[in-house]
Amino acid sequence: MHEWALAEAIISAVSQIAERGNLRAIKEVTLRIGELQQIDREILKFALSQMASGKLAGVKFRMKLVRARFKCRVCGHKWTFNENSPPNHIKEAIHFIPEVAYAHLRCPRCSSPDFEISGGRGIWISSVRGVK
Amino acid sequence: MLDPRLSIIEDRLSNIERIIVVSSGKGGVGKSIITSTIALILAREGFKVGLLDLDFTSPTTHIALGVSAEKIQPIEDRGIVPPEVHGIKYMSLIFYLGDKAAPLRGNEISNALLEVLAITRWGKLDFLLVDMPPGIGDLMLDVLKYFKRANFLIITSSSKMAFETVRKLLLLLRGLGAEIMGVIENIKLDDSTYIRREVNALGEKFLGEIHFDENLEEAIGSVEKLLKTKFADEVRSILWELLKT
Repeated sequence: MHEWALAEAIISAVSQIAERGNLRAIKEVTLRIGELQQIDREILKFALSQMASGKLAGVKFRMKLVRARFKCRVCGHKWTFNENSPPNHIKEAIHFIPEVAYAHLRCPRCSSPDFEISGGRGIWISSVRGVK
Repeated sequence: MLDPRLSIIEDRLSNIERIIVVSSGKGGVGKSIITSTIALILAREGFKVGLLDLDFTSPTTHIALGVSAEKIQPIEDRGIVPPEVHGIKYMSLIFYLGDKAAPLRGNEISNALLEVLAITRWGKLDFLLVDMPPGIGDLMLDVLKYFKRANFLIITSSSKMAFETVRKLLLLLRGLGAEIMGVIENIKLDDSTYIRREVNALGEKFLGEIHFDENLEEAIGSVEKLLKTKFADEVRSILWELLKT
C-alpha cells in the first residue's frame, strides 16, 4: 500500500530530526494529513507502529486531517474535495500522485483546469516532541 | 512544517548503480525515442534497467515502448513498484493520467516529482534512464537537486536554433558542477560539422551522430521493429563507445 511508503518517509524524517537534535527519544509526532491524498489513517498508523524502533520506539503519532480546498485561478471560485468528489478510479489516481488532479478535475463554476490546491494536499510533520 | 518525502528520496535511489538523465532543453530533438531505445538495448544485454518518464505534461515513452496504461499498471507494494515492460522497470504519469492532459504549473511539477521519487520502489538497477521534458526550468533544477549522482546525456538536432538552447543547458549544467556525458546529434540530414565543432569548442564531448531514419516512425510502438532500425544501430554504437569510458 501507498501508506507504507509514506510511513517509511515519516520514520526516516523523524529519525533524522532525532539525530540532528541529539534527542535520546522521540515521544510524540504530529502529522497533518491532507484529505486530497485520501490516506487510510488506520493503515498509516499501523505501518508507523511497525516501523518505529530505536529512538522512536513507543512514539505516539497524532494525526490531524486537513480538508482539501481548491481555488480557481480564473474565476476565483472556491470549493472542497468533499463537495465535488470525482469517481473512484480518478480518486485512486489522485491518491497516488495528487497532481493528476489537474488532469481530472475542473473548476465547478467555469470548468477551468487552472486552479490551486489551497490546502490539504499531502502529509506534513507539524511537530516533533522528544527528550534530550 | 516538514515534508517527510524529502527524507526518503536518497534511500529510494540508493540501489541504482548509474542514473542517466537524457536532456536537451529543446523539444522535438528525439530525447524520448533515444531514451527508450537505450533502455531497450541495455535490457536486451541483460542489464537491470529502469525508465522514468519525467515529461509529466506530455509523456511519450509509452508510445515508443508500446505500453498501454489500460493493460499494465504499477503494483502497490509498500509504495509503487514499476511494472516491467520489455525487461525495463517503467514509470510514467501515464498510468494515472489516461489520455488526459495535465496542465501543471512549476510548483505542481515539483510536487509531482517529489511524490514519484518518494513512492517509487525501483529496487536494484544497473541503469535508471530519465527522460526529461523540454525546457530549462523547475524540473531541471529539481532533478539537479534530487538526482545528485546523475550523468547528463544531452541530445540536440542539427539545427542551429536547437543548439542555441542546448548550449545554454550545457553551460548551466557545467556551472552547477553536473556530470555531463556528452552530446548526441540526432535527426542528421547532411554532413555539416557545425554541431561537432560547437560542442568541441565548448570543451564537451561530441558523442556521435544519429541520421534521419525514414523507417523509424513506422517502428515506433513495436520494440522488435525499433531495435532493427538503422536509428537503433547508431544509438547502439554510440552507447557502447560511451559505456567503455
